[in-house]
Amino acid sequence: MSMWRPCAEVERCVGKGAAGEGRSCGETSCSRAGSGVVCGREESGVVGLILSITQIKLDGLSLFVLMAIEIVQPSVGLSKMAVSETHGEDSPYFAGWKAYDENPYHETCNPTGVIQMGLAENQVSFDLLEEYLEANLEATNWGQKVSGFRENALFQDYHGLLSFRKAMASFMEEVRGGKAKFDPERVVLTAGATAANELLTFILADPGDALLVPTPYYPGFDRDLRWRTGVQIVPIHCERSNNFQITPEALEAAYDHARSMNIKVRGVLITNPSNPLGATIQRKVLEEILDFVTRKNIHLVTDEIYSGSAFYADEFVSIAEVLESRNYKDSERCHIVYSLSKDLGLPGFRVGTIYSYNDQVVTTARRMSSFTLISSQTQFLLASMLSDKEFTQKYIKINRERLRKRYEMIINGLKKVGIECLKGNAGLFCWMNLSPYLKEPTIKGELEMWKTIMHEVRLNISPGSSCHCSEPGWFRVCFANMSEETLEVALSRIHEFIKTRKQ
Amino acid sequence: MEVALNNNTHKLLSKIAINDGHGENSPYFDGWKAYDTNPYHPRNNPSGVIQMGLAENQLCFDLIEEWIKNHPEASICSPQGGFDFKEIALFQDYHGLPEFRGAIANFMSRVRGSRVKFDPSRIVMSGGATGAHETVAFCLANRGEAFLVPTPYYPGFDRDLKWRTGIELIPVVCESTNNFKVTLGALEEAYDKARESNIKVKGLLITNPSNPLGTFFDKDTLKTLVRFINEKNIHLVCDEIYAGTVTNGNEFVSIAEILEEFPTICNHNLIHIVYSLSKDMGFPGFRVGIIYSYNDTVVNIARKMSSFGLVSTQTQHMVASMLSDNDFVDHFICESKIRLAHRHEMFIGELAEVGIGSLESNAGLFFWMDLRRFLKEPTFESEMTFWRIIINEIKLNVSPGSSFHCEEPGWFRVCFANMDDETVMVAVERIKSFVLERRMLEIKTKAMAKNKKQCWQNNLQLKLSSRRLEDIMSPHSPLNSPMLRAQN
Repeated sequence: MSMWRPCAEVERCVGKGAAGEGRSCGETSCSRAGSGVVCGREESGVVGLILSITQIKLDGLSLFVLMAIEIVQPSVGLSKMAVSETHGEDSPYFAGWKAYDENPYHETCNPTGVIQMGLAENQVSFDLLEEYLEANLEATNWGQKVSGFRENALFQDYHGLLSFRKAMASFMEEVRGGKAKFDPERVVLTAGATAANELLTFILADPGDALLVPTPYYPGFDRDLRWRTGVQIVPIHCERSNNFQITPEALEAAYDHARSMNIKVRGVLITNPSNPLGATIQRKVLEEILDFVTRKNIHLVTDEIYSGSAFYADEFVSIAEVLESRNYKDSERCHIVYSLSKDLGLPGFRVGTIYSYNDQVVTTARRMSSFTLISSQTQFLLASMLSDKEFTQKYIKINRERLRKRYEMIINGLKKVGIECLKGNAGLFCWMNLSPYLKEPTIKGELEMWKTIMHEVRLNISPGSSCHCSEPGWFRVCFANMSEETLEVALSRIHEFIKTRKQ
Repeated sequence: MEVALNNNTHKLLSKIAINDGHGENSPYFDGWKAYDTNPYHPRNNPSGVIQMGLAENQLCFDLIEEWIKNHPEASICSPQGGFDFKEIALFQDYHGLPEFRGAIANFMSRVRGSRVKFDPSRIVMSGGATGAHETVAFCLANRGEAFLVPTPYYPGFDRDLKWRTGIELIPVVCESTNNFKVTLGALEEAYDKARESNIKVKGLLITNPSNPLGTFFDKDTLKTLVRFINEKNIHLVCDEIYAGTVTNGNEFVSIAEILEEFPTICNHNLIHIVYSLSKDMGFPGFRVGIIYSYNDTVVNIARKMSSFGLVSTQTQHMVASMLSDNDFVDHFICESKIRLAHRHEMFIGELAEVGIGSLESNAGLFFWMDLRRFLKEPTFESEMTFWRIIINEIKLNVSPGSSFHCEEPGWFRVCFANMDDETVMVAVERIKSFVLERRMLEIKTKAMAKNKKQCWQNNLQLKLSSRRLEDIMSPHSPLNSPMLRAQN
């Protein structure tokens, strides 16, 4: 027999027929508590019953009363990691997904549903991928005779398929318009950028150490950089007054702040182009950051996952270009993270890479990649696709154009009702400023606005506070994971909403 | 001011990055290097090293290839399957494709003769069993805490369970005197030893069927283990990665069956299974690792951690299609067992002819070869020396027992399912000729020694002149050791 205690999730449960805060909703598949867990209930361990017989004297009569005493064993121990909340899923970033999951928009079946604008997916260029596959069946599949299957299925070398590594290096060069060279021997493969960022953190920092990360940043970093590694994030505060650019002063301030707390700083991690800002980092700023990490003798990790999503090829400067211009002096402290999840729109395939200019990091990362290798089946498929330069050049060019067009569409649509966005030039989202509309200029005000947008306007967008933005009122709005028609619907809903707000 | 980075680079990396936790500095890898630099090929390099140190299952690819040819819709790249391409490519939900989870649960059940069912909602993905073990360790234990592991065990555990987690592994010593069975006494001893060293034990990890032994646990031993962990309130992690390689039909008992048959034997929250398609199907490249836990919290947390090692949806899609085809699955499982049994019997039969024995086993992709009497001395130095002879002279890469933390020297793991029949015969011939050559060498040397030192003859255990040739060839003759030169 088990004794039940309310699970920690109850307070935040917003399940179906939600009983509300503090009460169990009784859902058996509450996605807050997790699949299979009954919300509001938690097994506390095996309970035994002891029957005891007690003699009671009552008015001269002896009564023997049978009493049942429950004995509770302590609940079985899990690690501290397992019971902490550093997985980060209680952030509002993820809560908005719930609202969408329960009531997803569909143009015909559910036109009043929630439109998902919190998911940075790239769906604008699938036709190009599908066209390629149709024309290259033998190369991408195992062919009619399935002759390559066995070798492919058996291949588990953590170096990865040479043809695939070469293809990745080549693709990364194409994305940078040939302005930087990549050596396939330095390409380490991981199952997604999620794994790449965690793996690098394990290699570059010890538990308790810190990485400096400019705000606002991708909420997933709280999990990827900190959860299992025990490493901390110390924010580099960026402000709207200079369009959230990273300044040397902000870098120094963050470093000093960490030192004042007796925390050892091991590196700086930047995302370029930035998520959630949707803007590339200027060359001058990259140079300053590089000088800073050199002075402090720490690492620089640059997540260039959106490099192929810069609207104008010449506006994106990769750290690789800066290093090349310095003849790779001091490049051993630099490491690039990349993935095909955004530029190619293939998040399901789990294709991430670490490109490090440090031999020891390459060797160690490769060994660690055993925990997170890319399926050889997927390596095989993409090796041929990404080494086809005619295809990749065409894809990169058209993808940029389509993203730019989407961006202009949403920016102009928002402008029409007086909503400003940060000037962006990359990514799958825009950084929208709703601070004039907040009831109060605080995080509370921002979250209130966010809930309103979710429940009344029925759009799932991401509040800036979930990205650790230092100023309330900013929201990340994704635009590449839907059709143009759906984007129009979203814009018209915003128009309506702003009109009522202004009244 | 710039620091000379080259000299200080190692200080710039974490402790995890610069320690030996990756396990690759083990002498165990010398065998691989010997193979890599001189790999056997029937035509191009017939005198190269034959790889017998890699537990791969290559016996049934013909069945799989045929299935793939007949099911183009299983591939999202084909015209038949391409319709799903976009949806599959975009799907990154860490719950995994529902059809994938269903197919895995179905396959796991059929591998166990459908004696037990698995709940798809408890299936959690990971980056191979390698990723699964590390994830389970992260969920169950804190840095500095420990898992008990029966010896001998798969060397990869030292990396998978300890490297980034900071967890300790404490051996539960198993001995050849009772066929390396795990005894309650050994468990208690290991547990107590940990307590004395102030190390908190969080769980027991078993591999069933065992790598490297190739044996599986009988029901009584499993029940003993379950009662032990329940009493100590520690976790039981069962790596059942070789469940489908059992050649003895219905005698294999999965931990899932124990829980079903004896539901009150323990707190189910303590039981977790690790699985993968790398061995049963021969798909190590596809990185299909599975955690199956009876503990809801562990399922939940492991699922969140699976973000670090999800299975490619392209692969999920193909596997889902293949493993929900019950006709194929049943035929595959059956045929695989037959071929593995045949291969195993072929090997040990041939080796028995020259007096080489092995632990009796009915599972795995390898057998546990007994070369104890070939060692000059019953020490690990002798084992390593003899192993180098096997690699350099016999040109076979087999794995020495010391790399599996075996407490007794002289045992070697020999893989048999990663080569074709012709290569098997070449390997067998090499072993046989080596053994026979050594015996002839011994006879010759002994004869010479006898001529030189007549007065010593009385001290010899064997009087050569009175021995018939067959006796000299007997497995019990001490002259069989190649390590022995005429020294007495």
